[in-house]
Amino acid sequence: MLKIDMTIVFILLLLTPIFGQQDTSVVQDAIYDRPFITSAFPVALGGYLEGNTNYFSEDGVSEGFSMEFRRFNIFLYSTIIPRVRFFAELEFEHGTEEIAIETAQVEFELLQALVFRAGIIIVPIGAYNVNHDPPKYEFVERPLEATKIIPTTLSDIGFGFNGKIFWNNLLFTYDAYLVNGLSDGIILNDQGRTFLESGKSEERFAEDNNGSPTFSGRLAVKSLKYGELGISYYSGIYNSFQIEGEIVDAKRSIRIAAIDFNTKIEKLIIQGEFALNSIDVPKDISDIFGTKQWGGYIDIVYPIIKGNILGFDNSVINIAVRLERVDYNVGEFTETGKNIYDDINGLSFAISFRPASGTVLKANYIHYWSRDALGNPTVKTAGFQFGIATYF
Amino acid sequence: MKGIIYILLLCTAFFIAVSCSELLPPAPEPETVLAGPIEDLTPQQLRDHLIGDAQFGRIFGQEDGLGPIFVSNACESCHIGDGKGHPLTTLIRFGKYSGGIWDPMVEQGGPQLQNRAIAGYPPETIPGDATGVTRLMPPAVTGLGFLAAVPDAVILELADPDDSDGDGISGVPNYIQPLDYFIPLPSHIPSNGKYIGRFGKKAGAIDLLQQIVTAYKEDIGITSDFDTQDNFNIQAGLTTGDFVDDPEVSAAIVNNVVFYVRTLKVPPRRDENDIDVIAGENLFNQINCSGCHIPSLVTGFSDVTALSEKTIHPYADMLLHDMGSELDDGYTEGTALTSEWRTAPLWGIGLAEDSQGGSPFYLHDGRASTLEAAIGFHGGEASNSRDEFHNLSANEKEQLIIFLKSL
Repeated sequence: MLKIDMTIVFILLLLTPIFGQQDTSVVQDAIYDRPFITSAFPVALGGYLEGNTNYFSEDGVSEGFSMEFRRFNIFLYSTIIPRVRFFAELEFEHGTEEIAIETAQVEFELLQALVFRAGIIIVPIGAYNVNHDPPKYEFVERPLEATKIIPTTLSDIGFGFNGKIFWNNLLFTYDAYLVNGLSDGIILNDQGRTFLESGKSEERFAEDNNGSPTFSGRLAVKSLKYGELGISYYSGIYNSFQIEGEIVDAKRSIRIAAIDFNTKIEKLIIQGEFALNSIDVPKDISDIFGTKQWGGYIDIVYPIIKGNILGFDNSVINIAVRLERVDYNVGEFTETGKNIYDDINGLSFAISFRPASGTVLKANYIHYWSRDALGNPTVKTAGFQFGIATYF
Repeated sequence: MKGIIYILLLCTAFFIAVSCSELLPPAPEPETVLAGPIEDLTPQQLRDHLIGDAQFGRIFGQEDGLGPIFVSNACESCHIGDGKGHPLTTLIRFGKYSGGIWDPMVEQGGPQLQNRAIAGYPPETIPGDATGVTRLMPPAVTGLGFLAAVPDAVILELADPDDSDGDGISGVPNYIQPLDYFIPLPSHIPSNGKYIGRFGKKAGAIDLLQQIVTAYKEDIGITSDFDTQDNFNIQAGLTTGDFVDDPEVSAAIVNNVVFYVRTLKVPPRRDENDIDVIAGENLFNQINCSGCHIPSLVTGFSDVTALSEKTIHPYADMLLHDMGSELDDGYTEGTALTSEWRTAPLWGIGLAEDSQGGSPFYLHDGRASTLEAAIGFHGGEASNSRDEFHNLSANEKEQLIIFLKSL
């Protein structure tokens, strides 16, 4: 099944660039590709906010209508001296429920093809993790793949290099960093499944839990005509296998491989991402905590009206659809030899109104089909969301 | 102007969509799901039920005290949708006879195997000298509050230890030594300081509190105010390994879960008036399956009015019966013989596969994949009924199975 799914993914990836259109932005520049950067002051201040309403029903049971203030993020940017720049992003989630420094990095541009970056950095695994600002998307919810398989937003303390190389109308970008990495909570967590998000220990910003740095890198090629195609990889040891230098457990690794793309076919914008996780899990719990999981999504966005709408110049109304799937545990039960399900399929529709490119009002309908590990009757969840997200 | 019209059209379309209930998934038909509270709970009782529901579904991670050795990580993992379990979470228990006395092998980690462990910690294995090893499929938990409310006197009335009626069936209660936190109810009838067990495959637990405290500790590795000592892998010489303070859950949480389980509805019937179901039930009585699987019991007084003095249809007698050599795993609890099992309530059996991944696992260890096979494994006191089932015509067998699936 996985092979068939991945085959479909690769066929889609091969087909989409054929219809490509010009677009000069690249995923690597996402952290700078925000409106605040145009500020005239030496230290630029910017950010975004995001809020929405929720009305969901799961198998006929609804918690009713509620409102949610998801995020208020503040950006700080400064060119310290030419070719040395600082960038930081402070995030407030659900008011002050969670406050985090998402990014705090310094870059030294030795060459355009060789930029040294250090600090709290966005880990370059997948494109969505790097380029995840809600004003850029027509959907309130992040893709399941980008939250359940790759734990967006994944930032970490680390250092490394990135760069751009132009060749024959193609722009190649690379990112390669060492970071402290995810930690023990990937398994034996309160989610009851292998869950990378639970491995985002706050302590990773202070010290590595095992003294073994994790590598993360992304290679991408951008064609002005066809769009961007990227591959990324994340690999390291996640568990605390030693205490005070004494080996107390086997080393257990986490590996994530992802492929992402974005392109335009006439006015149609298509982007997607697929990720495959491979995790070393103690054998006695590997039925519950999966050793392999994967997920993917494709967003298709089409602008149906462009122009002056309600007095807003250059405004756009988009319609969009998202197809997505995650499988938390790829494999079979050792007890029965039967497939482990533990998966979610999703289908979402959106209508969005953009009075400006960095401001969006969203109306979404979402439908998820979830199965537990045993494959018991599917749980259906659906609902409506109205959201607003804007840069400032 | 054109843009405004477009927006109005889109908004109208969207609000029509919003108002369309078809876009929101409907609730499944009540008779197709086991989960849900009993009717007639007061709002306060319903609130307590829901608090317990959340705790029943709580997944324990290593940082919450899971383990260090365990079988599963949540109540809900073994009883998905309050239904029967799956081989993934089957409990394995072991012991041995030593000088004619049953030894639960506590010094070697018995009687329950914890075959999973937190990271870096060794799980247990079955000792080589264990003579009795059994696998116990987690049961459905719906309706247990009603079974708990059946007075001991009713159970004793059904007992026939000497088979005085000559039907080949001689149910006996399993008398269990109560644990120190046990509080007897007026409806309990002790015998030499012991009380009738009614929960568990061998009726090894007297009440739901004991069942749930034991499940927290033995299945999930969670200590509570009622039992503060964690399990460690003493097979590996380990007497520590869990760094979470004990007790890991409070008495309040345990009591919430007890209340939740007490107040789950009885498993719903389906197609009760179907002609084949009625014919199947008649056959069920005719071949005396109902000799052990008693169709109706009456609860006594309960502090929860909705449980009090109700006629229920569990198809069980809460007594132990000798089930013959094929179902004798050489393992026992309390005063039960190794071949004796408590009559399994049949209510909810028709919905078993909905919590078992679509493939039912019947009998105490899930060895039977069909009801026919499950009946075929019956021996001992059930031999006569089993033989009579085999002598039924194909149509009659089918009717009896249809009846069972309606439960």
